[in-house]
Formats: sequence, C-alpha cells, structure tokens
Amino acid sequence: MYNFECDVAIVGGGPAGLSAAVAAKKEGAKKVLIIERDESIGGILQQCIHPGFGLSYFKEELTGPEYAGRFAKEAVELGVEFLLNSMVLEVNENENTVICVNSEHGMTEVKAKSIILAMGCRERTRANIMIPGARPAGVYTAGSAQRLVNRQNQMVGKKVVILGSGDIGMIMARRMTLEGAEVLAVIELMDYLAGLTRNKVQCLDDFGIPLYLSHTITKIDGYQRVKGVYFAQVDENKKPIKETEKYIECDTLLLSVGLLPENELTRKAGIEMNPITNGPKVNQYMQTSAESVFACGNVVHVNDLVDNVSTESMKAGKFAAQYAMGTLPMATKKVENVSGENVRYLCPHSLSVAEENEKVTLYFRVLHPELNATIRVKSGDEIIATKKRQRVNPGEMENITFDTSLVKDNNVVVEVVKEA
Amino acid sequence: MMKTDVVVIGAGAVGCAIARELSKYDVDVIVVDKRDDVGGDASKSNSAIIHTGYDAAPGTLESQLVVAANPMYDQLTKELDIPFKRIGAVLPAFTDEQFEQLPAIKEKAFKNHVYDVEYLSKEEILAKEPELNPEVKGGLYIPRESLIDPFILVQALAENANENGVDFMLNTEVTGINVENGAIKSVETTSGTIETTYVVNAAALHCDDIAAMVGKADYKVVARRGQFYILDKNTSCKVQTIVLPIPTKITKGKLMCPTIHGNMLVGPTAEDLDDKVDTSVTTEGLNSIYADVSKMIPNVNLRDTITQYSGLRPNRNPEGLHVDVYDDLAGYVNLSGVRSTGLTLCVAMGKYVVEKLKEIGMNVSLKDDFKATRKGIPIFHEMSREEQENIIKEDPLYGTIVCRCETITEGEIMRAIHRPLGARTVDAVKRRVRAGMGRCQGGFCGPKVIEILARELNVPTEQINKNLDGSYMVVGKNK
Repeated sequence: MYNFECDVAIVGGGPAGLSAAVAAKKEGAKKVLIIERDESIGGILQQCIHPGFGLSYFKEELTGPEYAGRFAKEAVELGVEFLLNSMVLEVNENENTVICVNSEHGMTEVKAKSIILAMGCRERTRANIMIPGARPAGVYTAGSAQRLVNRQNQMVGKKVVILGSGDIGMIMARRMTLEGAEVLAVIELMDYLAGLTRNKVQCLDDFGIPLYLSHTITKIDGYQRVKGVYFAQVDENKKPIKETEKYIECDTLLLSVGLLPENELTRKAGIEMNPITNGPKVNQYMQTSAESVFACGNVVHVNDLVDNVSTESMKAGKFAAQYAMGTLPMATKKVENVSGENVRYLCPHSLSVAEENEKVTLYFRVLHPELNATIRVKSGDEIIATKKRQRVNPGEMENITFDTSLVKDNNVVVEVVKEA
Repeated sequence: MMKTDVVVIGAGAVGCAIARELSKYDVDVIVVDKRDDVGGDASKSNSAIIHTGYDAAPGTLESQLVVAANPMYDQLTKELDIPFKRIGAVLPAFTDEQFEQLPAIKEKAFKNHVYDVEYLSKEEILAKEPELNPEVKGGLYIPRESLIDPFILVQALAENANENGVDFMLNTEVTGINVENGAIKSVETTSGTIETTYVVNAAALHCDDIAAMVGKADYKVVARRGQFYILDKNTSCKVQTIVLPIPTKITKGKLMCPTIHGNMLVGPTAEDLDDKVDTSVTTEGLNSIYADVSKMIPNVNLRDTITQYSGLRPNRNPEGLHVDVYDDLAGYVNLSGVRSTGLTLCVAMGKYVVEKLKEIGMNVSLKDDFKATRKGIPIFHEMSREEQENIIKEDPLYGTIVCRCETITEGEIMRAIHRPLGARTVDAVKRRVRAGMGRCQGGFCGPKVIEILARELNVPTEQINKNLDGSYMVVGKNK
C-alpha cells in the first residue's frame, strides 16, 4: 500500500475542496492534500462554461472554469498537493485515514490530522421522481448532458424538452439552443421557479423558450430513442389533470429536478446525518459529529451559488487547519439551531459556543415563497437578530448573522414571518 | 449461404441454456436473436429468483422441469462463476383465511416433490423476517428458493456455449422459415439465410409469430407486464429472505426480496397487454405495488427507489408449458408457455430439448473437448485490499473507478467489452459489470462508458447505442 501523510486531507477538488485547501494553507497547515477522482481539479465548474460565477465573491462575472481556475492557481501557489484520478473508497475517522485508489500508486492510504469532506452532490434521476412511461435512450440529467456537450464535445439531441426549472436545466436550455437544438419547453411541477430568477430571464426569456409552471410530464414515449413526452397541468395536490394532457414530439428529455448531496462515504464512516439536507450535521466550524472530520459545500447542503460554497468552505479549511494544529476554540456549550416557521433547514445545525464572542452566519431555505418577510433569530423569549427581505423563495438561499454572546438558551430558533 | 445443423431462435435464458447443452455435442449450432445482447428481453426483467417449483401445477411439464432445475444450480453456478445465493423464502399468513390455506400449499409442494417446505410459527417467521407486519399468524418456509444474477446467468450460458463452438447472431431477426418436403430447410433472417436441419423455437414472447411461419401457431402469446422497483442498498427497510404473498386465484402476487447484489426488489404487477413491446412503467402500476407489499412489510420505503422497470412475461393462451415436435414437420421443436419460471427451468429445459432433438433423429455424440467452466470478470469491489492491490499491478485500469456508485473500474469495463460475446452497448456493459446500476443510474459514468465503448470498438460515439438499433445516445459533435 502506498502511504501518504499530511495535516489536512480533502476529499474532492471541486470549488469546495479548493477553497478549503486555500484557507487551510493560509491558516498555517503545512501539508494539505486534495484527493480528486477526476483527471483535473475544478469539479463540476469545469463543465459550467457559462458566465455568472463570482459576482459576490470576486465582485466580477466569471465562467465556471475561470472561477475554479482562480482558486486552483492560488492552491498551487500555496503548495497544496494533489492526488488526481484517485477515488476515495473509505474514510476512517477513528484512525484519521483515507483509503483511495488510482492507477499510478494502486491502493493508497492517506493519514491526516484532520479530514475535509467536499464530495459535492449528484443529480436526482428519472427514477427518483418516478416518471412513468417507456425507458428509451435520450433521457439525461441536465448535468450529464452538460458534461457530454461541454467537456466531451458530444451533442445529446436535436429536439429537447426539459423537466424541472433548476438552474442547470435552464442553463442547458440556453446551451442546447446555442448548439442548434430546438428547446421546446421547460416544465415545472411547482407554481414557482426552482432556480434563480436571473437564469429564467437570461436563459429562457431571451430565447423565447416557454416555461410551463404547475405542469408535469405524464408519460415518456419511444421504444429505442425518446419520440415525445406527454405533459399536463397539475392540480393543487400536484396530480396531473388528465383533460389538459398534451403531446410534444422530441428526441431528448433533460431532467433538472434537484440535487442530492453525495454522502456515501460520510454514511459509511458513521457520521451523523441531517435527514432534511441529506448531508452531515455540522457546527459553525463545519465540523461533523466525528471531531476530526469537517465538511463543506454541496455535500453538506445544496447551494445555489458557488460563491456561498467558497465562503462556507473557507471556514471548513480554516477550522480543519486549526484542529490539525490543536488551536480550535474549546466549546463551553452546545447550541442547537432549530428551524421555525417557514424554514426548511438551517446550516450549520448547531453551534459550539466558546468563551469569546463570535459572529456566526446561519444559511437556510424557506419552505414557500413570501413577500415582505422578516427573518428572526430567537433565543429563549428574546429576539437576537432580525433582517427584512422584500421577497424570499425556496430556490434562493437566505442567511442571517448574529453574535454568539447573545445566545442565552441551549437553542436558537430561526423563523421567517410575514410583516404585519 | 450459411450452413449449420441447429438454429436456436431466441438468446434468452432458455435459448442460451439449449445452446450450451448442445455445445457438449459434435453439432453445429447458431443462435439468432433480434436484440443487441443475449438475455435482452424477459430474461433480464424478472424477479431474479431460482424457484423450487413448490407451487407449480403438479404433474405438468413445468413442474417437472422447475423441480429438476433447482438442484442443478449449486454446481452450475460454480462451474460458470455465476452469483447465486440460497436464502430461502417465507410465505406469511396474515388472515385466518390465509392461515387455513397453508396446509394445501404444503401439500401441493409435496405433490411437486418439494419435500423441504416447513411450517413456521408466528415467532419463528418473525425471527426469520423481522420486517414482517407483526399481525402475522405464521407461515411457510421454502428453504431452496434462491437468488441469482439473471444477466450473468444468461451471459455465462451463452459465453460458455460460444467458447465451445456455438455461433451467436445478434441484431438478427428471423423473417421466415423454409420447409421442403415436410422438413426444415432453412431460416431466413435479416442477416441472411441459414441452411439448417433443425430449428428450435425459443422465441418466448414472439414464439407464436415464429410458429406461424411454419403453420404451427395453435396458440397465442399475451404479454403479461410486471413492473418492479429496485431500492437503494441503503434503504431503511430491508428483508432477509424472499417474502412471497399467499397466492390468490388470479395471481401469484407481489413480493419483496433482496437482490444478489444487496438492493431490494419489490413487485411485480400483472397486466395483460395488447402489444409485445410496451415495457413502460405506469403510476397506477407502481402505486399498486405499494398497496399490496406494505400489507406484508409495513415499513417498505419505496421512496428509496433507484430505478423502476417492467418485464413482459410470455403468457400462453391456452395456458401451459409445451415442448412440441410434429410428425408432419421434421426437424422442428416448438417451445411455448415459458413464463416466469423460465429463468429457473432453463437449465433443465436445455437437457430436455436435446433429448427431444435426439428423439426426432438428431444423431450426435459427446465431444471430448467440451470445456465446462467459465470465469467471470474479476470484481474489484468484492476483493480484499491485497487482491485489489495485486490486480492494479497486473492491470492499472483496475485503479480507475468509472462508476462511483457501484465502484466499477475501467478494467472491468474493458473486460466486459473484450470477452466472448462482449458488450457492444451501454446497457450490455451495465448488465455485465453493473456500471450505471447504482443510485445515480449512470449519470456520472454514462458519458464515460459511451467514450470507452467508442474508443474500444473504434466507432464514432453516435454509433453507440443504449441497447437496440436506433437507441443512440448522442447525435454527433457540437456545431
């Protein structure tokens, strides 16, 4: 077995892993290693050749490869090391080891002082949402199609229908149109958009692609290759209304129906999970239930902006480095973060409150859209932070910041209420 | 013109088992199938169980063959390196009415010479199967009901037959059969005419269409669709045995069992269709599975599904398994009514059909160079760390993971392509080494598998199909 020792080992070289590596180095960790499955670093950003990245982090608009490139360059300059083409098979939190495999070294054991999980997420499939009908070729998740088109130079089809108004779906609607395909419809089950409004404007409206809200696909048609899809409007219980069923002839169906954190390694390591996010539970240091293991990015919860991933991952990198060096603040009490009215989940899930005051930011999604909303953080009977938002939407992540010194109780509750 | 002694129509479990049995003899055999791969139809989409025949109609050919076949699997699966596990089945009774049916079921098993069926008390059945509805009153245990990898079973039979000299013509549809002076003369196919003395019709769903070509279609085949769920290996509710419902007059009902690879399988429905190709899944069908199975296994979590599929069982009308030969048509053997027990009985059927062929005049002797064994593709994720280390040294492609859900390496995919009757399509790769069988259903590895297939077969990517001709994956390069 090939052996490797380091201070911080990072599983995944996408935006989360790269940002964490940079932060860990800057914090003073000597040997930082990224283990990446792909032949190159950058993760999914490598296939996101469209602009729109970095507006909040770099205050300028970059493409995916440019955004990843900035972090990759910095990581290389700081002396971060990489194991590429290497698949992690096992994370062992007791021994602080990571077992991975690659063609060059064969089986490899990496021993680290702290480990950061940054595996990202995967797409929900046709089977996850149980679309009825035939099972021909030509049904792709939007991300798979994006990989084929943008990295492998392979066009997946000519007449396209997209189910789901997630960001990748809308971006692929534009991409496929630019490559000469006809995008006939984007169909969304909910009565609101799943992705960012700016993507609807730039990717659908600008190209005259119709968006059908409150609609779903009722049947896939085609034996060898997709021949068409039936779709219909849904009622308030999301059940298709038979009389509204229509047929669209197409050869390709792309699915943008949600992302799932990729946590097989996390589960295998016995780390505590949050059933709502399908990611590990973390505190404000992005530390999991296994104290030497940290996690960041879409493996914890699915983000809509890579900028948020970077911010969150820098924390993971910083605190994992502190853990490795033995300087992570000692907690005096543990506080649960509780989802209140119109809050689907909170991340981090808990706070390790230390003597010294700390500013913490909780990220979350609402359950349903709301106008003129107030975000409130309550500790016991006291409101310790508020923030007003003109509009909140499940598709766009919200956040609120407060001081840990204000937390009196063993929990804080975050709620989103309509202004009176 | 091509010339052979025997043409077997259909490369499903039965056709391949017949071919393998024939390959023990000094006889030329060609297997033809319209699909892209062996085992591509009913043999791939079923409950993947090797039955005992406890519930067959006693005294029938089906009963004889299933009961004879079950014990053959211990040796066969060793010889041909096929994943196989005897895990046993339970038949729980939840109502007084069902409980009163148990003696009759046991008696029927006895009549089928299945002597090892046991009664289980409430405590015993719950100990064997803790996920059962606690209302259970007791039940039966059928120890030799077993799990198999149905894809590998058919591939192994076909590969071994092929290694012993049988030719396979895939993507080849039979368009006619020529008869001269009351005897088989040749078979017309989309890949040319094959002159032959014997024809074995093992075309399953389409066996009536083939029989009609020689005027022997005195029955019809109705496709009976069965829809299934496959659940994630991590699903919250797992069963330890094959959980079978007490059958009603109409149907054997819906079951839940593990697969040989550790997923859960739940289904099937039973719907008679007008056509023979509609392997769709339907909302009504899938919902009916939950309604029925949750009565036995209340915690079954179908939200953990990673795929749903359906298969078409070739149901004969009038019913019954038949192997027919004809006085007025020399050289022709017609199989019909091979239905859900076909996967089990195929190996006994192979032997049975060879005897039938001898009966109608096939004069053959055993070869002395028949090779009875076949080695499967070494499976990386089943190896110890040391074995993994060694195989990567031998073949570095075993160090490159392509399918991350199932941990399948490029080395395995290369072997799936470059072996007898190797994979030519994305689904054929999947059915050989499970790349794309996991929870992301090929989302990550699919594009890579297309690339590897194109590279290894030296064809443009747009010629790589999912399965059948016309099921292309990509349309060409970007503009």
